[in-house]
This record gives sequence, C-alpha cells and structure tokens, in this order.
Amino acid sequence: MNTRDAFVSGVGQSEVGMRLTRAPLLLTLDAVKEALDDAGLGIDQIDGVSTYPGKAHGYLGFSPIGADELIDALGIRATWYAGGGEITSQLGAVAAAAMAVRLGQARHVICFRTVYEAAAMSRPEEFPPIRREKVEGYTQWTAPFFAISAACWTAQYAMRHVKRYGMTREQLAQIALTGRANAALNPRALVQKPLTMDEYMSSRMITSPFCLHDCDRFTDASTVIIVSAGDALDEVKATPIRIAAMAGAVDRLSWDQAEWMACYATGPELWKRTDYKPKDVDTAQLYDGFSFQTVAWLESLGFCEVGEGGRFIEGGTRIARDGELPLNTFGGQIGGGRLHGFGFAHEAVVQLRKQGGARQIPGDPKLAVAASGGGPLATALLLARD
Amino acid sequence: MNPPRPIPRLDAENRAFWTGGAEGELRLMHCEDCKSFFHPPRLVCRNCLSEKVAPKAVEGTGVVDTFTVNYQAWMPNLEVPFVIARVAIDGAPGVFLTTNIVNCPVDDVDVDDRVRVTFEQQGDIYYPLFEKIS
Ligand SMILES: [Zn+2]
Repeated sequence: MNTRDAFVSGVGQSEVGMRLTRAPLLLTLDAVKEALDDAGLGIDQIDGVSTYPGKAHGYLGFSPIGADELIDALGIRATWYAGGGEITSQLGAVAAAAMAVRLGQARHVICFRTVYEAAAMSRPEEFPPIRREKVEGYTQWTAPFFAISAACWTAQYAMRHVKRYGMTREQLAQIALTGRANAALNPRALVQKPLTMDEYMSSRMITSPFCLHDCDRFTDASTVIIVSAGDALDEVKATPIRIAAMAGAVDRLSWDQAEWMACYATGPELWKRTDYKPKDVDTAQLYDGFSFQTVAWLESLGFCEVGEGGRFIEGGTRIARDGELPLNTFGGQIGGGRLHGFGFAHEAVVQLRKQGGARQIPGDPKLAVAASGGGPLATALLLARD
Repeated sequence: MNPPRPIPRLDAENRAFWTGGAEGELRLMHCEDCKSFFHPPRLVCRNCLSEKVAPKAVEGTGVVDTFTVNYQAWMPNLEVPFVIARVAIDGAPGVFLTTNIVNCPVDDVDVDDRVRVTFEQQGDIYYPLFEKIS
C-alpha cells in the first residue's frame, strides 16, 4: 500500500425494487448518504463525481441522472468529473475515478450508477419509451433480424460454448441457483426466494440456451462507490479497500464481429498488472446480466481454462458461499437486481470488510475481483484489504 | 403475420449493403489496396487504413458460426420461435452477419451448417436472410 494508490473508502445503496415511486435523484441521494456515512466523509469533502453511462436522454429509465446534475443538485464543488457510455463498461467509471485520484485531480470521488427501468416502464407518460423511425449505428446490424435484446446476442456466445465445449443447461443453471440462494440472505436483494433446479429446467425459454432465470430483470436502485486518494485516507473512518489492479478492453463495439467477448482480453491483462494470482482471490463478483457472462468471466480471469466454465460451476459447490470461490454473494444481478455493474464492486467491498451479515463468506477474505460488462465491453477490478 | 422489420437508416456507408438484394447481390465493403473485406461498412479499411474502399458482391454463401432459437416475442405479434444466427461469410474471412435462418424448422439449424443468402424485401431494404443449402 502506498499513498499513490486509489482506495474504495465508502459504499452505499438505495432501496432496490421494481416500480419504485421515489424519484431517481432521491434514490441516488440515499445511496450517496449511505456511502458518505460509511466512509465518514461529508459532502463538502467530495471533489469529484464519476458515472456510467451519463444521463440517457431519450431513454431515461436506463440512466436518469447525470454527473453534472448530481453535482449541481447536491452542491458539490468538483475539480474533476466524468460520465459517459464510451468507456470499458459500467465499472469503467470507477476505474476512471481511480486514475483521477492517483493523478491528484481529485481526493474523494462519488461514483454512481442509478437505474430506473422498471419504474420508467410503468410510467410511460413520465418516461416515454423510445420510438425510433429507423435504426442506425450498431443496432442496424441486429434489430432488423428481430435480434432486439442483448439476450439474443449473448445467447449466441453461450450457444457456441454449448456446441464447442459441451456446456449443459444444468451447468449454466448454477449461476442462477447460486445467485438466488445468496439473494435470499441479502435483505436488499430484488428476489428473495431461492430457485430450484426443477424450477429452472421447467421455466420458459427466452432465447436458447437461456431460459427466464438466466436473465436479470429491470430494477430501480442506485449504487455508490466512493473512490479516495491514498494521501486522503486520514479523512476516512471506514476500512479502506485498495484497488490493487484494474483492466478493461474494447476491440470493436460490436456484438457479432468480435469472436470473443471483451472479458477474454481483460482477464489476462488484469493479472499482468499485479503480483496476485487467481488462486489468491477469496471471492468473485462477476457480471451476470445474463448467466453465461459470468461463466465467460470465470474463464477469462483464469479461474478455469477457456471452455471449462460449465464444468467449473457444475453442482454449484465450488462457487457456493462456503466453496473455494464464493461467487456473486449478494445474489448477482439475477437475484440481487439489475444494479448494472456497480453491485459487484459494492459487494466485493462488503465481503472484504466482513459486513455481509447472513451472506458473509467464512474466513478472513482479503482479495476480491469485481467485473462488469458482457459482449464488446469489459472492466475488471482487483480489490484488496491490506 | 410478423410485424415489419426495423428499418435501417440508409447512408453513404451502408446503402450498398441494404439495397444490393435488388440485384440479388450480397455486397460487403472491400479494400482495393489490401483486398480484404470488412464489416460494418465504413469509409476506411480497418485492416490497412486505405480509403480505396468500395462495396463488392460476395458469393452469398456461408457457414453458421453460432445461433440461438428465439422464443420471446420482443415486439407485438412477433411470430416465435425463430432462429437468429451469426453467419461466417464465404470469401470474406473475419466478416460475420447477424441474420435469420429461414425456410426450415428451427430444430434443423446447427453450427457449421452451410447456408445461402435469400433476400426479403421491405420497401427500399433487402434484408439478407439465409437458408440451408441442402
Ligand atoms: Zn485495406
């Protein structure tokens, strides 16, 4: 640890639900206040804000609050801020903040992701759905074939694993079963009921090999990660969690021209930037917007060989809370809610600080990996309690 | 009856791709300098940065790289199930098209299937769909 490192000094989260009526700015405020209390910081000590993907004008449910809006609303005097979707996925906003504090551009940065998709869909007069006459950009290469959802795009990567490596639905089910088992112990999780293999196998198919339970669902929530400079930790009261390494990748922003999802380039890069090894990791919090993305991250990060992900999670014991690699202990997005990337970093910090309550993993966890993104974008953070 | 397919906004880069079917041609962007095809079509070759690029017809055959059988009706009246596939295009290494495999039962589609383009017209647009070569 040295003063040039970046640290997570506080985490916070709003209520997590569907069709919430509390305004998205106030959900964000809830998460900010909890994170400030956690870190022992005041809003007047915040001098940076970072978010993903910025305010989504025209699709407000996806991202209703921008960084500049939060700065203005909370009276933050910022020396640095950023918010946008052109970054290596959701946790890229946290990585950007880490770079900013390491370079002295800010001391304490609020990183946030607010989602409001369930509420927005239930109030179309307030949040008009997108109405496009024509499709353009990369959407034009998929939507004309009714490949409208990322579920269809990701399913094709999953199907390749089914055909090439023999991944089975029973193996894939362990992502949802594990997430839902953990979610049942997380008071804030979106889905509180565990899932059985029978329920999984008999649920309706969405797009093969994905059934209903392989997909996260629209959620309303805000998650905040405060990133602080190493030389500002004397102002922080919580146990700081060091960002020991970070990596991201984008080859081309396309879900069909890239042979491999961007996580496969990100994982090896992460390990080049640290002396830690995959075997040192005490818990993994890996993106599961769709179940297969977690399998791909497990392979990418070197927890198993490429193609072995299905067999690695088979039976679920290895990735259970008391297994060798506890996975998505807050429920992941499938159980915990579609917090869109930030939930994974939040939970990594909770577990490293042993604040997980009923879902806390045993032992003395010191190293966690949190990863966001599927398809052409990916970010991985290695988080350490020194 | 399916809803209309989403309509691409035509521009200088993509027009040849979406309208080539009027002449029965699947047209991909091709570089005159390094002789490579690339996709999506752009005004510069991603392999050698040459601007000497122009649409060029390919044979129109390919191989199913991967696929999914879609069961969810993402739009009202969308007829399910149907097959979405990623097809590797013959003669254009590295180019893949997301498309539908049509004119066969969904259970008949598998990876490595040989397929041929068949165009579905809707207004100005000729959607390149693929069917199995028997
Ligand atoms: Zn070229």
